[in-house]
Parts: sequence; C-alpha cells; structure tokens
Amino acid sequence: MAMLDIENLHARIDGEHGKEILKGLSLKVNPGEVHAIMGPNGSGKSTLSYILAGKEDYEVTDGSVTLDGEDLLEMEIDERAAKGVFLAFQYPVEVPGVATMTFLRASLNAQRKKRGEAEISTPDFLRLVKDKAANLGINQDMLRRGVNVGFSGGEKKRAEILQMAILEPKLCVLDETDSGLDIDALKVVSEGVNALRSPDRAMIVITHYQRLLNHIVPDFVHVMNQGRIVRSGGKELALELEANGYAEYQQDAA
Amino acid sequence: MNADIRPIRTPAEQAILASLDAVPAGTDRLADLRRAAARSFEEHGLPHRRVEEWKYTDLRSLMREAVPVAGSAAVAEADARARLLRGVEARRIVIANGAVVPELSDLADLEEGLTLTTLKAAMEAGDEVLSRIGGIVPSRYDASLALNTALSRDGVVITVAPGAKIARPVHVAHVFASAGAAAMYARSLVVVGAGASFTYAESFEGPDGLAYQANSATEFTVGDGAHLDVVRLQEEGASAFHLSTLLFDVGRDSQVHAFTFGLGAAVARTTLYATLSGEDSHVGFNGATLLKGRQHADSTLFLDHQVPGCESRELFKTVLDDNARGVFQGKIVVRQAAQKTDGRMMSRALVLGDEAEMDNKPELEIFADDVQCGHGATCGAIDDELLFYLRARGIPMKEAQSLLVQAFVGEAIETIEHDGLREALVERAEAWLAARA
Ligand SMILES: Nc1ncnc2c1ncn2[C@@H]1O[C@H](COP(=O)(O)OP(=O)(O)OP(=O)(O)O)[C@@H](O)[C@H]1O
Ligand SMILES: [Mg+2]
Repeated sequence: MAMLDIENLHARIDGEHGKEILKGLSLKVNPGEVHAIMGPNGSGKSTLSYILAGKEDYEVTDGSVTLDGEDLLEMEIDERAAKGVFLAFQYPVEVPGVATMTFLRASLNAQRKKRGEAEISTPDFLRLVKDKAANLGINQDMLRRGVNVGFSGGEKKRAEILQMAILEPKLCVLDETDSGLDIDALKVVSEGVNALRSPDRAMIVITHYQRLLNHIVPDFVHVMNQGRIVRSGGKELALELEANGYAEYQQDAA
Repeated sequence: MNADIRPIRTPAEQAILASLDAVPAGTDRLADLRRAAARSFEEHGLPHRRVEEWKYTDLRSLMREAVPVAGSAAVAEADARARLLRGVEARRIVIANGAVVPELSDLADLEEGLTLTTLKAAMEAGDEVLSRIGGIVPSRYDASLALNTALSRDGVVITVAPGAKIARPVHVAHVFASAGAAAMYARSLVVVGAGASFTYAESFEGPDGLAYQANSATEFTVGDGAHLDVVRLQEEGASAFHLSTLLFDVGRDSQVHAFTFGLGAAVARTTLYATLSGEDSHVGFNGATLLKGRQHADSTLFLDHQVPGCESRELFKTVLDDNARGVFQGKIVVRQAAQKTDGRMMSRALVLGDEAEMDNKPELEIFADDVQCGHGATCGAIDDELLFYLRARGIPMKEAQSLLVQAFVGEAIETIEHDGLREALVERAEAWLAARA
C-alpha cells in the first residue's frame, strides 16, 4: 500500500465561484521514495501542498487522499501533523511574540501527546534542538527570537528544515525550499534533508531548479501543469525540463 | 430648561446620595474637598452616554444595584480572599472593604527613606502630606473620582524621600470581604521625592456572584529626576463593579511607567490622568485587558503635556472573547508651551468572540506647533495564516490561539520592568487562557 495515495483530486478556491486549481491530480508515494514535482508558476504545486497540510482556503470537490489508508482530508490540521505530515512552506510566516523554542517544544509535545507518547524532558529537548540547529548552521540568537521574526529568506528556509528535523515526520512536503538559498546554504539544507531520508519516510520536493535535485536525488520526477500531473519519469526528466522548459506541456494543455 | 426639574434618580444614585449624608463636617482642606465632591455628585449624578467621557460606559444604566457602604471586614476573611500577587517579593498592605487591615499589613521595618502610613492615621494626625490630595483636578467633572473623594476613609499614604532607591515594591492588595453586596472606597497617595525610585503595585479582587462596587483612586506626585513604576492587576469578582482612577503629577526629567491589567469585574472603568508639569520627562502607560462573557471594560487616559520636551507612550491591548465589550479612550493634550512634545498612543484589540465589540477613541488636541504626535487603533481577529502555521506543526486550535493571544498581550506586558511583577502578570494571562481552553 502506498503511504500517500492521491486519486483524481479536484480542488477549488473555497467560495461560491472559486476557481478550480487542481483538476484531477493523481500521485502515489511509497515509503522511502523521494518525488520531485516541477511545473510552471501557477500550475498548482503550492495548492497541492496546502491541501495535504489541511489549509482551509480550498474545497476538495472530487477525488481522495489517503495516508497509510486513512482519509487524510477528514483530519484536522494538527491531526495530520501528528500523523506525520509536514509541509516546509514556500513562504514561512513570521510569528512575533512566540519564541522559537516555545514553538518547537509546543509542536513536538502536541504531536507526541496526540500519539499517546510522553512529553519530552527539558534537557532532552534542549540537546535535540542544539544538535539539529548546529547541523543546519542556525545560531542561538535565531532560536531566541520570535518564530522566523527578522530571519532572512534563506534563514527562514533553514528554520523550516530544523522544524522538520525535530519533528521527524513521515511525509515531508518541501515547497521550493531551495528558493532564496545561497549556494552554500543549499548544500547545508540538502544535507539536512538527506539526513532524514530513510526507508520509512517519504518526501515530495517541489522545485523549479534541477540544481536542488543534484543534491537531493529523486526517485521520480513529475511535471505538473494546470492542476494535473502531465508527465512522470526518473531523475533524468529534470534535466530534460532544464533544457527545454515547459512549452511542450503548456501547448498540450491549451 | 427649567432649573426646578430634577432628573429622576436611579436606585443606585439614591443609595449613593444616602451614603453622602455621612460625609463628615470639618473645617480642614480635605473636608472641604469632600463636601465639594459630594455636592458635585448631587448636582450631576451618575454620568450617562450623553456625557462625552462616559459615552461608551453609561454608568447610569450599567450601575443598577443600590448598595450601602461596606462595613469593616473580618481579618480572617480578608486574609483568605486576598490571593493575588502573593508570590511576588513585596511589602504587602491589605485593604479590605476600603480600610487598611493592620494585622495583614507589613507596616514595620520600613526601608530608609520610605514612609508608609494609612490615610486614616494621616488624617487623625493632620499630616501635612495630605495637602497633596486633590492636587490634580480633572478638567471635567469625573463622577468616579468625585465619589471616591467624598466617600473614601482610608488607604495608604507613602512618601519616598528624595534620592531614596526603594528596590522592594509596595503591593497594596484591595479585597472585598463581605457576605453581602456593598460599596468600598479607598484613596491612596504616593509622593516620590526628587531623584528617588519606587515600584508600586495594586491588586483588586473579590468573590464572584456578588454585585459589590469597588472604587479606588491613587494619586502620584513624582519629583524631578524620579523613577516610578506602577503595576496594577484587576481581578474583581465576576459580578463586581470596578471604578478606579490613577492620577500622576510628573516633575522634570522623570520616568513614569504604569501598567494596568484588567481581567475581572462585570463592569470596569479605569481612568488615568497624567499632568506633565516638568520638562524632559517620559511617561509610559501600557495596559492589557482580557474579557469574556458579557464583561465590559473601559480604559480611559488623559495626558496633559504642559511643558516642552516630554515624551509619552501608550500601548493598550484588549482581547475580547464571547460577547465582551472593550472601550479605549485616550486623549493627549499638548499645550501651546509644550513644544517638542513627542506623544504616541496605540490601542490594539484582538477579537475572539463573534459577538464581541471594541470601541476605540484616541484623540489629539495640539496647541503647540513643533510637536511629534501620533495615535492609532486597530481591531481584528487572529491572523488565519499564523493559526494555520502553528496548527500545521501539530498544535491544536485552542493551544495555537492561546500562543497567539499570549504573544499579543505579551508585547504590552513585556514593558513591565520589575521581573517578579511581570512574571506574575504573565502567569495570570496564562491562567485566563487556560480557563478558556
Ligand atoms: N487562496 C487563493 N486565492 C486565489 N487564488 C489562489 C489562491 N491560492 C492559489 N491561487 C491561484 O491558484 C493558482 C495556483 O497557485 P499555486 O500557488 O498553487 O501555484 P504554484 O504552482 O505553487 O506556483 P509557483 O511556482 O509560482 O509557486 C494560481 O493561479 C494562484 O493565483
Ligand atoms: Mg508555489
């Protein structure tokens, strides 16, 4: 059984005349796999990631999404997170007044609680954060600030990966985690992501650039256009897209 | 209008008028003040919505119960009920039903430079410091203050000698401790000498389910180069009526910070008056109000910049759940002489309840031409994007809301300098949120 099974998913912007954005998208992701999704701006990649995470701005009009056989669309946002869904946001928000450490701890403990596990002890938590932060080049000063407050674009992306490393999700959805990263940071972040690759964890990596996929080598590459996956292939598909662009798919769709 | 037509007195007004009969005779200045205050109440009565300053808090219709003035409280009862800020390392004075309870008050072993007595004792002794009472006269009749002036019999009188640095705060714990509803009045005076520094805390509490009335007024005279911090926590019982006034006369080069935290009472009104009468001073008034159910709370500020070069900063945060109603009124007056005044006032409300309501009325009245003044007011719900972000990390809805509300009021609470008091208020905010979840 696939870990994530998206079948003929149709979704539109919530509201009476909401525009349809996903128009029959299907995708199966098995444990241990890394899937890359590429596609032109506005094709619906972030929308897909938001719908997986449970954002309420969209209405699913048809199709289904299951996680380990359970109906994901029926779950509350926080329940999905506790079941192991993690979205690294394309644009992480700043949360002034909520300290990063408070936030990380509240997230971790809430998930543990929902899974019936004990809360993490203070020393264990501090050690965990210290280790993971050091690997990602996140300094103590950043951890002392409000969540993402005053972080540069690249720092925000690193902070997302820090959260991911701490929460150890089952399904990681990375929405343009590479955008805004300098060359060195791209390496650091990719290493952070690769460290999380494991036989029972799956990843969906949304990106515009083949370069990221040199670091995080995918098992599959999908092309998304106008709310659908229009082509799937191996990692070589990314190279082809890099060379030819999306023109051929956009004509098909027109 | 025919002068013979008297307005109809409400039952609450009649009860107050009956209490006013007890205003004692006397020839001293205080007795004169009291009689004048009683007369002004007889003339104006309780303010209603056509009185500008009380537009959103119509006392005449809100104050329904007619209650007598409270008798003295049993010591054990007062002790049991006065719970707030007990964990804070402070000199504690308990005022129950408007009278200082010596058995529960730490009146001995005063730090050098600190004088602390009760208003009652000061009046009996004809203490000269009492000439400061009534020093700040609001430009308009203020019913809450007038009633306090007329009916208060006790409170604390504190003098901090010039240059004295009193590190340990004085905490005045007001408590209502009677079995039946009644009204209590307390009047306090704090005189901070030139170059002195002092921290004053007040708390207010009483039983739920009793429509008692608490009226408190505290006057602060702040000398040149002095530093005064005031922190107040209002957690009156759920059916109570809370009226309070803080008045500040601020000398030159001084620093005054006041923080008002309002959680309790069915109806609460807190009025702050500041007269900036010395140059180059800084006044910071901040506050947070957390309301639920059908609570009504009003914070009203008057800042009077009379001299050049002063700075004033106000930040008030209101959280409104259920059907609660919040009011913020703030007026900064900059007199012609008060050039280079820098005044900034901000009121922010966070609305959680569908039926909750906020009225914001910030005002500037500027007569000088070289000033920097601004005000703003916002009112909105919790940001959905932030909520989604927290929930996407596994934090349940209520907890995510709590974190964001805490962050919202935290910005104001953070301004409290004293660690113990700040932490105690953070803890009260957390308790409020926990009760909600
Ligand atoms: N909440 C919304 N309200 C209105 N339109 C929306 C909303 N969310 C998405 N859209 C629209 O849906 C389409 C798909 O947007 P989406 O963000 O999913 O694209 P994307 O593939 O992630 O693009 P990019 O590569 O630029 O990040 C776009 O036309 C966008 O404007
Ligand atoms: Mg996108």
